[in-house]
Amino acid sequence: MDLPALNITADFFSLLNLPQRQALDSVQLETNFRELQARVHPDRHVRASDADQRLAMQWASRVNEAFQTLREPLRRANYLLELKGHDSGLESNTAMPVEFLMAQMELRESVADARESGNEAALDIFRDEIAVEMKFEYAQLEALIDEQADFPSATNLVRQLMFQQKLLSEIDDALAAVVD
Amino acid sequence: MALMQIAEPGESAAPHQHRLAVGIDLGTTNSLVATVRSGVASVLNDEHGRSLLPSVVHYSAHKAPEVGFDAQAKQAQDPKNTVSSVKRFMGRARRDIAHVESLAYDFIDSAEPVNTGGGMVKIRTVAGVKSPVEISSEILKSLRLRGEASLSGELVGAVITVPAYFDDAQRQATKDAAQLAGLPVLRLLNEPTAAAIAYGLDNASEGIYAVFDLGGGTFDISILKLSKGVFEVLATGGDSALGGDDFDHRVSCWAIEQAKLKPLSAQDATLLMARSREAKEHLSQHGQAPITAKLKSGEFVDLTLTTEVFCEITRTLVQKTLGPTKKALRDAGLTVADIKGVVMVGGATRMPQVQHAVGEFFKQEPLNNLDPDKVVALGAAIQANLLAGNRVGDDDWLLLDVIPLSLGLETMGGLVEKIIPRNSTIPIAKAQEFTTFKDGQTAMAVHVVQGERELVSDCRSLARFELRGIPPLVAGAARIQVSFQVDADGLLSVSAREQSTGIVASIEVKPSYGLSDNEIAAMLKAGMGHAGDDANRRALREAQVDSQRLLEAVQSALQADANLLSAAERGEIDSAIGRLQALILSDDRRAIDDASAKLSKCTDEFAARRMNRSVSKAFSGQNIEKLNI
Repeated sequence: MDLPALNITADFFSLLNLPQRQALDSVQLETNFRELQARVHPDRHVRASDADQRLAMQWASRVNEAFQTLREPLRRANYLLELKGHDSGLESNTAMPVEFLMAQMELRESVADARESGNEAALDIFRDEIAVEMKFEYAQLEALIDEQADFPSATNLVRQLMFQQKLLSEIDDALAAVVD
Repeated sequence: MALMQIAEPGESAAPHQHRLAVGIDLGTTNSLVATVRSGVASVLNDEHGRSLLPSVVHYSAHKAPEVGFDAQAKQAQDPKNTVSSVKRFMGRARRDIAHVESLAYDFIDSAEPVNTGGGMVKIRTVAGVKSPVEISSEILKSLRLRGEASLSGELVGAVITVPAYFDDAQRQATKDAAQLAGLPVLRLLNEPTAAAIAYGLDNASEGIYAVFDLGGGTFDISILKLSKGVFEVLATGGDSALGGDDFDHRVSCWAIEQAKLKPLSAQDATLLMARSREAKEHLSQHGQAPITAKLKSGEFVDLTLTTEVFCEITRTLVQKTLGPTKKALRDAGLTVADIKGVVMVGGATRMPQVQHAVGEFFKQEPLNNLDPDKVVALGAAIQANLLAGNRVGDDDWLLLDVIPLSLGLETMGGLVEKIIPRNSTIPIAKAQEFTTFKDGQTAMAVHVVQGERELVSDCRSLARFELRGIPPLVAGAARIQVSFQVDADGLLSVSAREQSTGIVASIEVKPSYGLSDNEIAAMLKAGMGHAGDDANRRALREAQVDSQRLLEAVQSALQADANLLSAAERGEIDSAIGRLQALILSDDRRAIDDASAKLSKCTDEFAARRMNRSVSKAFSGQNIEKLNI
């Protein structure tokens, strides 16, 4: 039986044999990634010709990138929206609701203060609060993309999540600095 | 059609014959070579039954250099010409080397074109000026000979281990040294990953493990996930200038202070360092250690170092390992509670205070059931066996490693734009678009850096090159795509392309610290002269071996997937095969290379189709409709 041929330019979801959805079976993703990498990885083509080896490196690179992109919900959403023709225009389009931006600024200052005073407990609380909020938003994002196909709203939510993600990593940095 | 084969004396050319390959742990203090025989990895000993080869090279005016124990024996009397811990100098300028003032060598900073802050340091010896690459190649050569002698045959290649935290310059230098030693590199493998392979396969482990690797001169920490035959490195961290040597140095400084010694001569400093090392090793088993030495200056040292004092003076060194450990855990998104076991690697982990600190940090007893000196070489041997094509049925495991340090480009204002973040699984490719800064700008300098800091000046410069011939447009209109490709050895190549014209500039990142191909060729030639060999013959032999490999690869591809080719395509390939076969035993290297290149070129498309088919088969057990999205 002839299978439909995949090639290196296939989109990341097709490559990893997953439906184009934001909700994703992470166990399946990992299984498929490993299955594919076991076929294309340069270690599996060491006795092959130079052309084969170069090809193996290109494939393995592509499969790694696909896995990295789909594994993280934010990158996955960005990529998926792009596939649907809704580039979130992250660089050019930074218009965000004023209240949201104000709240983000305040939080950022609080994090800086907590870092300054070495207040680990406060940082832990900030972290948990944002993590909970983001978890809720990720669920919302799955509904917006997979069920309602409301891509403009999803795009806005993705932008918001990017701000929060940045804040989260600032908190992590602060925690690292305080704990060390 | 019959496939012609080249057989070396004493080597049959049966298609499924065991190919001889070794794993080499090129250590700061000691090096080892190991191989897999009858499915079991073991370290190869020298003719006196010793497994370790001290990583020491002694140069004399008229004799070939000595390596190992013989060289080590010369260290006290001839410190300037006896190079130890050369790994610390690989890919480094003089100013990068810690405690450079306490080293006996006559260092020379490279006078080569200093694009990016100086070439690799060199050492002046009685046998001439030697680069760390040349010195390391002597060690590798010695190990190669040991391997060939024990296995009675020519090696197809070696897996050579490097600290996970080695940057591109250090990796490239290691690869160059192997090339110079006449050793084909099957793969550069990260030391902690090698240890994990040996440990994991030995214990059939599943779960998340930390490998804590404190060697003579480098520290690595890697977090790996072992599951269903896949070794996936989640994060790695470390310090490529921290190791057992630093503990010796601390002891030596303490002794100088205690014995109120005057500034030491090179010879005395080397002697005291050796005594300090002995005391350190003694303390792993005992509560105190004597340090006695009669110096050339006429001074005497007669001290007793207790465990308490030793721990006190080295406390900050032990502490320094915990920062990168925490960072690696954070990068992997894990906590101490997620770690199922901690594998200890490297001779320096024998120190009780290191064991204690690691146990305390991970809240569990570290694993010491494999010899910390040998485990890296054993893992490398297992990987070498696999890469040499000696895969056996159930050997179905795969290694997914990461790049230790972020790679980026210099942008306006001396800032770094990260292109590939640290801990990305390799191989990996990334492209980013940049634009021009001035109206009518026709050239653009590309400066590649490695490191985590935001300022270019805080990162290591890897390479600079220029893209010329950009069409003159207004500022910001040109679109220049810069692509990074990191291969499975962790080595980088970069290319830049102007999108509207397709003008390309590219570079294999042979950093200012590495050697140019010409330099390597010159050194090889010089080395050959010594060995009474002939560079041309060697090149011919290499061309023949490469062509043979290509022929075998194409033949086996044709056997498997000939139905992917049209009759015309098949005819073209067959005639290219015929041409190469007719030439392969001739002594016309150019003609062989030429025919080889033609065959390679006409099988490119075939290779791509085969890979697509293989990939499409990957999910054949799963729901096939899903493939038709």
